[in-house]
Order: sequence, then C-alpha cells, then structure tokens
Amino acid sequence: MNLLGKLDWSAIPLDQPIIMGASGGMVLVIVAILSWVTLKGYVPYLWREWITSVDHKRIGIMYIILALIMLLRGFADAIMMRAQQAVAAGGAQGYLPPEHFDQIFSAHGTIMIFFMAMPFVIGMMNFVVPLQLGVRDMAFPTLNSVALGLTASGILLTNISLAVGEFSKAGWVAYPPLSELQYSPGVGVDYYLWALQISGVGTLMTGINFVATVLKTRAPGMSYMRMPVFCWTSLAANLLIVAAFPVLTATLAMLLLDRYLGFHFFTIDGQGNAMMYVNLFWVWGHPEVYILVLPAFGIFSEVVSTFSGKPLFGYRSMVAATMAICVLSFIVWLHHFFTMGASANVNGFFGVMTMIIAVPTGVKVFNWLFTMYGGRIRFTVPVLWSIGFMVTFVIGGMTGVLMAVPPADFQLHNSLFLIAHFHNVIIGGTVFGLMAGYNYWFPKAFGFKLDERWGRISFWCWLIGFYVAFMPLYALGLMGMTRRMQHYDVASWQPWLVAAAVGVVIILAGIVSQVIQLVVSVRDRDRLKVTADPWNGRTLEWATASPPPAWNFAVLPQVRDLDALWNKKQRERTQAQPAQERKFEPIEVPKNSATGFIVAFFSVVAGFAMIWHIWWMAGVGVIGIFLTMLAFAFRDEEEIEIPAEQIARFERANPVEIAV
Amino acid sequence: MRYGLVAAVLIGVATLGGCAEGVLDPKGPIAAADRQILLNSLGIMLAIVIPVIVATLGVAFWFRASNERARYRPDFAYSGRLEMLVWSIPAMTVFLVGGVAWVGSHEVSPRKPIVSTVKPLRVQVASLDWKWLFIYPDQGVASVNRLIVPVGTPVSLELTSSGVMNSFFVPQLGSQIYTMAGMITRLHLQADHSGTYRGFSAQFSGEGFADMHFDADAVPDEKFAQWIDVARGAGPELDGKSYAQLAKPSAAVAPFTYRSVAPGLFNSILVSEMQSDDAMCRKDPTSMRAEK
Amino acid sequence: MNVAVAVDDKVRYEARPSAGEAGPATKRVVVGYGFWVFLLSDIVMFSAIFAAYAVLNHATAGGPSGVQLFNQRSVAIETGCLLASSYTCGLMSLAIGSRRYAATYWAALITFVLGALFLALELREFAGMIAIGAGPQRSAFLSAFFTLVGCHGLHVTAGLVWLVVMMAQVAVKGFRQTVERRLLCFSLFWHALDIVWVWLFTVVYLMGVLS
Repeated sequence: MNLLGKLDWSAIPLDQPIIMGASGGMVLVIVAILSWVTLKGYVPYLWREWITSVDHKRIGIMYIILALIMLLRGFADAIMMRAQQAVAAGGAQGYLPPEHFDQIFSAHGTIMIFFMAMPFVIGMMNFVVPLQLGVRDMAFPTLNSVALGLTASGILLTNISLAVGEFSKAGWVAYPPLSELQYSPGVGVDYYLWALQISGVGTLMTGINFVATVLKTRAPGMSYMRMPVFCWTSLAANLLIVAAFPVLTATLAMLLLDRYLGFHFFTIDGQGNAMMYVNLFWVWGHPEVYILVLPAFGIFSEVVSTFSGKPLFGYRSMVAATMAICVLSFIVWLHHFFTMGASANVNGFFGVMTMIIAVPTGVKVFNWLFTMYGGRIRFTVPVLWSIGFMVTFVIGGMTGVLMAVPPADFQLHNSLFLIAHFHNVIIGGTVFGLMAGYNYWFPKAFGFKLDERWGRISFWCWLIGFYVAFMPLYALGLMGMTRRMQHYDVASWQPWLVAAAVGVVIILAGIVSQVIQLVVSVRDRDRLKVTADPWNGRTLEWATASPPPAWNFAVLPQVRDLDALWNKKQRERTQAQPAQERKFEPIEVPKNSATGFIVAFFSVVAGFAMIWHIWWMAGVGVIGIFLTMLAFAFRDEEEIEIPAEQIARFERANPVEIAV
Repeated sequence: MRYGLVAAVLIGVATLGGCAEGVLDPKGPIAAADRQILLNSLGIMLAIVIPVIVATLGVAFWFRASNERARYRPDFAYSGRLEMLVWSIPAMTVFLVGGVAWVGSHEVSPRKPIVSTVKPLRVQVASLDWKWLFIYPDQGVASVNRLIVPVGTPVSLELTSSGVMNSFFVPQLGSQIYTMAGMITRLHLQADHSGTYRGFSAQFSGEGFADMHFDADAVPDEKFAQWIDVARGAGPELDGKSYAQLAKPSAAVAPFTYRSVAPGLFNSILVSEMQSDDAMCRKDPTSMRAEK
Repeated sequence: MNVAVAVDDKVRYEARPSAGEAGPATKRVVVGYGFWVFLLSDIVMFSAIFAAYAVLNHATAGGPSGVQLFNQRSVAIETGCLLASSYTCGLMSLAIGSRRYAATYWAALITFVLGALFLALELREFAGMIAIGAGPQRSAFLSAFFTLVGCHGLHVTAGLVWLVVMMAQVAVKGFRQTVERRLLCFSLFWHALDIVWVWLFTVVYLMGVLS
C-alpha cells in the first residue's frame, strides 16, 4: 500500500519553466509575507483581530482581500491566453502547448467566477448588510467565519494545483464525458471538483446566514419596505444561493462518484446521461449569474441615489424587479444549450423566458436614469463606475437577448461572441459594481477615502481597456471563431486578436492604477481622513463611526422611513433639535473563535488527500473537522460583554454627527 | 462614456469584417434565415438601446452638480406614469423580439427538413477524437475531415459522437448542433453557392480541439457524382476494424476517403457507446426477489 | 452558534406586535429560522438527486430494474422504524420542554435504536444487491438508486451522531438555552429526514415496483 496515494515527485512539473516560475514566485511571496509578519511580531495581532475574528466587517474585508488577490491570479491567466491567441495564427503554435493552454482557460473561468467574483460579492455584502440593517452582527457570526475559511480552502487548493499536479483541462463547466475518468484521467478535474465542493459548502452557509440575517435581524422599525435596496438585492442573491448551490453540490457529487467509485451518472457506458450534467449544471449556473449581478445592481442603486442627492426612483418597482429576476432566473437554464437539438417548442419557450428577464432588468436601468434626473450629481469615482456600467451593461444585455433568440444562438453559441457577451455583463455589471462599491464603502471600512485621481485613471483604463479587449471578440464571433482555440489557421482573425491583447494591457494599466491608488491612499491617509458620513449618505451605515466599532451601533437605531439617515438629517436641520445626551448600556458581542481557521485547515488536508487518493489523510481531515466542531459545541462562553464606559469613551472620541 | 459610441462603431466595423466569411455571409437558406433573424432582433433592440445610452450620458451630464441651470428636485422619486412607461418599454421590446424568437425557432428548427423538389442527400456524421467522419449511406462511401455536398440539394444530417461531446458547425451554411455519444441529433442544411466553407467543432473536446476543422465543399451535381465515383474506386474499406483504428485519438488528420462502408456501421457507433462492452457486466444477475 | 441580538431572551414566547418593526428577533427564532432555511436547501439537494433518479430510472443498461430488486417487506419495516423514531423524537421534545432528564434520555435512546435499525436494514439491502452483481457500478439506474437512498442514509447516520453528541451535552451542560436550541434543530432535522423518506419510499420503491 502506498502511503501517499497517487502523489510522487512526478507531480511537480520541474520541466516546465513557466509553471515552475509562477508557482515558485508565488511560494516565495507567501514565504516572504509570512516571515515579515512573524519577524515584525504581527502574528498575535493577526490571530486575535483578524483570523479568529467573527466580526462581519473584518470577515467582509478578508473576503475582499482574497478576491483581489484572485483577481490578479485570474487576470494573469487572461493575459497569457490573449498573448497566446495573438501569436498562434497560421502554422504557429504560440508559446503554450494545448495541455497548458487548456488548464489556463479552465483555471481562468473557475477562478474568476468562484474565487474572484463570489468572494468579492460576499465580502461586500458581509461588510455592508448588517450596517445597513442597523444591527450588530450577522445572525450566525461563527458560521460566517467558517464559511470564509472554506472559501479560502477552495482557493488554496486551486492554487496548489499550479505547483503540485495540474488543474482541470475540461473548461470551467467541466462537461462530461470529457471530465470523466476515461477522458481526463489526471488529477486536474479532481482539483476542480474538490475546490468547488469545499468552497460551495461555505457559500451555502453564507447564503443561509444572510437570509436569516436580513429576514430576522433588522433595526427596530425597519419593515421590509424601509430596507435599503442593497439589502433587498443581497436578500435575493442569497435566496438564489440557498436554492441553487445545493444543485451544484449534488451535480458535482455525482461526477465525483463517477470518477472515484465507477458510478455511471454521466459516463458513456452503463447508460449514463451526460446531458443531465449539462442541465443540472445550468440549473445552478444561471441563477449564479444573478447571484453575482444582483448585489452589483444594489450597489449602483445606492451609489446613484447618494451622489444624485435623491431617493432611488421607483423603489417599489426596484424591489419588484429584483424579486422577479430572482424567480425567473430558475426557468431559463436551457438557453445555455439551444444547440442540443431540443424541439422548436422547448427552444422557443426558453428563449422567450430568457427575454422576459430582460424586462425587470430594463426597468432597473430606467429607474437609475430617473434617479439621476433632477439630481445634483457629484462625479466621484463610484459614480463614474456606475455610469460606465449603465452604458456598458445595456450593450451586454442586448447581445444577451440576441443570443436568447434560438436561431441566432445556433450561429453564435460557443463563439467568441458569447465570450464577449458574458464578459460584457460580468465585467460591465458585476466588476464595475464591485469597483464602485469598493470606492464607495472604503472610507467606512478604514476611516479614509481612496485617492480620487488614481481612482479616475483606473476607471478610464478599465473602461477603455474593456472596449478594446472585447469589441474585437464580438467581431471574431461573427467571423466564425469559436472559443478555446489554442491556435487557428485563419490569418484574418489575427489583427482582431492583437487588438484584444492590447485591450488587456490597458486593463492591466487599470489594475496597476488601483494598486497605486491603494498605496497612495494609505500613505496620505491623514489628508484623506473622514468622519462618519463622508458622502452625505442616506442609509444607516453612515450613521456610525468610520471605521465602525465592533458593536456597530452604541444604541440600535430607530428606523422611521426609507433612507433613514437622510430623512433624519432633514428633520434635524429643519427642526434644529439639540442632540440629546445619550446613555449607553453594556453590549454583548460574539466571542472570537478559531473554529473557522481550524475547519479550513482540516478541509484543505481532506481535500488534498482526496485529490491524491491518500485515504488515511482524508480520514484525518474529516475527523479533524468533526472534532473541531465538537469542541466548538462544548465551549462555555459565547459572548463577551463590552462595558458601557468603553462604549461611551469610543462615542466621545468618534462623535457621529447625527445619530438615528 | 462616449465609448458607447465607439462600441457602436466597432460593432459596425465588426459587421463589415464579418462579411468576409462567417455568419454574416450566408451561402445557404438556413444560414440566410439565421442571419435575418439575428439582424431583425438586433435592429429592434438597437432602437431602444441607443436612446438609452444617449439619455444616460445626457442626463448625467446635464444634472452634474456644477450645472446651475439644472433644476434640483430632491423629492422626485415616484411617478405613476413614468413607472408605466418604465415597465412597458422593455415589455414591448421583449414582446417583439420574443415573437421573432418563437417564430424563428420553429422556422429554422434543426429538425425541420428543408422544403425542396430535390431529393435530399443523407449524410451521417460522427465526431471522433479529433476529426470528423462523414458517411454517405446511400452512396456507400465515407470521408474524413472533408464534407462534400452538391449545390442546391438539401442535406439531411444525422450526427453522433464516438465519445466526447462536440458541436458540428459550418457557419456559412447555417445552424450548429451538438454531437453526443449514444444519441442522434438531426440537422438540415443546404448550400446555394459552390465554394469551400470552413467547418469545425464549436464545443471544446480536449487536446486536439484546435485542429478539429474540416472543409465543407459545395460543388455542382456533376462534380459531386464524379467525386463519389473516385471515392468508390480508391481508399480503404470502413468496417469495424478500420473504424476502431480511426477512432484512436489523432489530430490534424489530412482528408481521405473510404471506398465502402460496412452496413449499419453508424448504428454500431451509436450503440457501442450506449452499453458497456464488458461482457461480465451484460449478464443479468438473478432477481433478488426471486431468491426469497 | 452565536446570535448577536440586543433583545433579551426572556420574552421569547410573547407575541410581538408587528414582527417586522420590532427589531432583531430573539436567538431562538433566528436559530430556528436559519435551520429551516438549511433544511430547505437540503431538500433542494435531494430534489436534484431525485431528478437524476427520474431521468435514469430506465437506464438499466441491460441490468436488473427496480421490480426485480426491491424487497417491499424489508422496506416496509425500515419505513416503520423511521416513522416510529420520529414519534419518539417528538416525545423527546416534550420531555425537554418539561425539563425531565430521564424521559429525555429514554426517548433519545429509543430514537437512536430505531434509527440504527433503519440503517442496518438499509445496509443489508445494499449488501444483498451488491452481492448479486447489482451494485452502483452496474448501470446508471443503480448509480442513481444507491446515491439517492445512500444520501438519505448518510443523513440518518449524521443524525445519529448528532443525537449522541446532544445527549452528551445534556449530560454535561444540562438544559441551557444553547443546548435547547440545538435540540430543537435536531428534531427539525429528524422530522425532515422522515419527509424525505416518505418521498423516497413513494418514488423509488412504490412506483419502482408498479412500473
């Protein structure tokens, strides 16, 4: 019996300079950071204040840090792909052989969807939603920390695949039979599957946590129709997580059973049905698109309304549209494979349903437009992202509806037109939204604004880079270029692909400007320092200090209407009441817990062991997780009390202009 | 922001660029119908999308904080009439495009035979790792990586796969369709002009995928008959054994023909993938209930 | 699990005016609610496997079908065990409500034994099928069968482990609020497994034998 399963020295691709360079560099950076942290003596601080923290704000920030790092990783993949396709024309093979190119596009898709966009969105919701709801934490703070740990585990496993073994070569959707053992005998697909299963459990926990938080813990007086729109879109996104992620878990579990135990769900022999995977995958996959974009819609709503100095136009319409999208997103999945050969009625039905989703989405665009109408728009960086979004997203939406027309899709399916379309909506929608949110809420999280100038430079680079990179792909799709080509023989495609590569370089400039923006802002933090309400905000997160204390609100706000803070400000101004002397009571906050970290550690152990068939180690991992949870269940203290004096001291030091 | 305009221009340029070859340069009735539907839908939507982009930029510019002439209306948050408008504009658009989609998907359903006085040519297609096998059952020949069809004759295709899923696609002739092991999909195409069109797999299928393309030659009837004659006179036979040889993974295979095809070979590709070839597995175990 | 709420727990049984505006709900409500949401997600996962089973129901690849394999008598006993265990689980909840330790332990013990019996019967059925060559590797239908029924069995196993842990908690910590909330979640879980089984019994065993 081999104690290390399939693992041996051949798993490390020592003969591949690019891979070894990349993974070696990554290991060096990690070691450098770890030793710097250790030498500086920051470990206890990090452990106490961050790693074991169950504070939703800290967890949110950690999610976003993870997402930004993964953005760099996924973007590196993108640059490599664009470079390869820019050179591999005619007889040329480029610099990436198929086995490497195939891993890169699979990793790019997997990382960008699951490990960049998802953690970014979840991090944003984590930081903002409890503050907007006017409460002190999530419904289940420790569960939140465990969810973060599991997401990080999935990310870690995906990145380990760079150095040890390989990543999937079957695309980010991993359709069988290609992803079955028969056609993908290596560990690549196993890395993909276990990384997604582990982080998927974390995502499901997040979903449950947010649904319970939004529906059951809100500040006194905050009825549903007084909830900020971002809370509504977060609720919708998390309902989708709860309803869609279990389907992904089940589907990937079936593929795992096929690969590990010789089951026949999707195999060619044993009468398995590969198209069932495709159906089930997209039953999850289409709601996933809205999980990513609905919170972004929420961010735009907040940003547009705040910086126009107006309430959101048609709030009820917005809520109705959000919930309509939430429901409709479950009955459109077949549009991802009209070319399967279904009957005209089936294709027609799903085509029309898909278009119907465009109605509530269109309503949202109009409502943002009317929110700006009659406003006094301050062109800050978040507003630039929002307007960039509105213009870009309608183009992406249009090409999406175009592809929902089955005959058009017969011609465009799997072409670069499709690639251009979904980057158009995911970058133009989700990423732009997250960038807007990042600039908008940064001062709340850290107490100082991000530098405006570099923010603008970054925005323009991203916007121009996006158009230069993806408009050529629309053209190429119409010219009949299909996706995932390691090389091609049609010389007339090359100029377009070179243009696209230039676009990616411009986006790179945008990302570099963002890094500079962060560095400059940290350097000039005294100049950029803000108080509680730097943007003249409307919602409750601006009614507490920046950064907020662990307990968020010394006294829970009393909500009387939508845009609670704004209206309160108006009242204070007109009635000129003196701020009353406030009395504070002790507050209980949840106690730190290492559970999340330890569970994450053991799930990496278990996942890695399963990938390499090291069964004893998988057992160690699973038992470790169980014992950790057992220990957590038996602990005595769950909360610590913060004395009233400490709260009063904090409130005196960080006065809030107007308390709600 | 003004890059919306650039985008529109780029799409325009793309349209021109696409004319060289590809989906905007159809050479048959199905491709032409697909293109017409695509352009109709695009036209309907541009009628709403362009005004929205212009309005967004215009409103954002006019209501900038520094513009003294713009009227600030901090309480303008609801208007029943506007709400009506806001819901009905997208609804109307979708109603129109939805109609196009519904009618279109019936009109060019891949399963629907092409109405024609000419008797259709039957072709059986199998995607292999990583090449295409075209069987002409009525002519008794087969061809690898080259599809040859007579101009003006409807082609009735039956498609399957030896293993991994692929998608059969000749953009200038029309719709693509998946090829799946153990299943048959059907597609009807027709070429109206002679020429050589690029065909390929549009569904990623593994390492040799990039080379999985073929030439679809549309030739006049006489030439097609000629080609059949030549094919019948040369090349190996396609039977179970030579098929097994062909099915082994290989990429960038130069086109060649088989002079004859064993009867029922296509069905055996289909069936062999449906069941396990392990003889032990096939035996029916005795019923558990009967034992008790 | 922690819940950050400002309202104290003593008023938890009182009806509140206009729940939406009363501020954060009590821990008991939040925990119960969160667990309900989890159960719904679990049922969604079962639905996906049910869907797979329905698709592959006739994909026997020349192997045995449900009619040939299923033994209704054994399944009927399994069903009886599980339903009875749900009843005793209900009795346990009553005992917890009135803070009676002995009754709680007894009800838990019976629940555990019935659950274990269910599991043993299920495993015997599986072993019998595998022994005659009708294991999950035989056909897509059997893969789906073993996954669907096995997934439920795995849930029952998890439930049994959970029950043991909870009894240990009752013994060590007594009926404190955290323990009581977890017991509430456990009983929700156990009843949900029953509901899933009723579906499973109908779709797999009854309809499988009819067709």
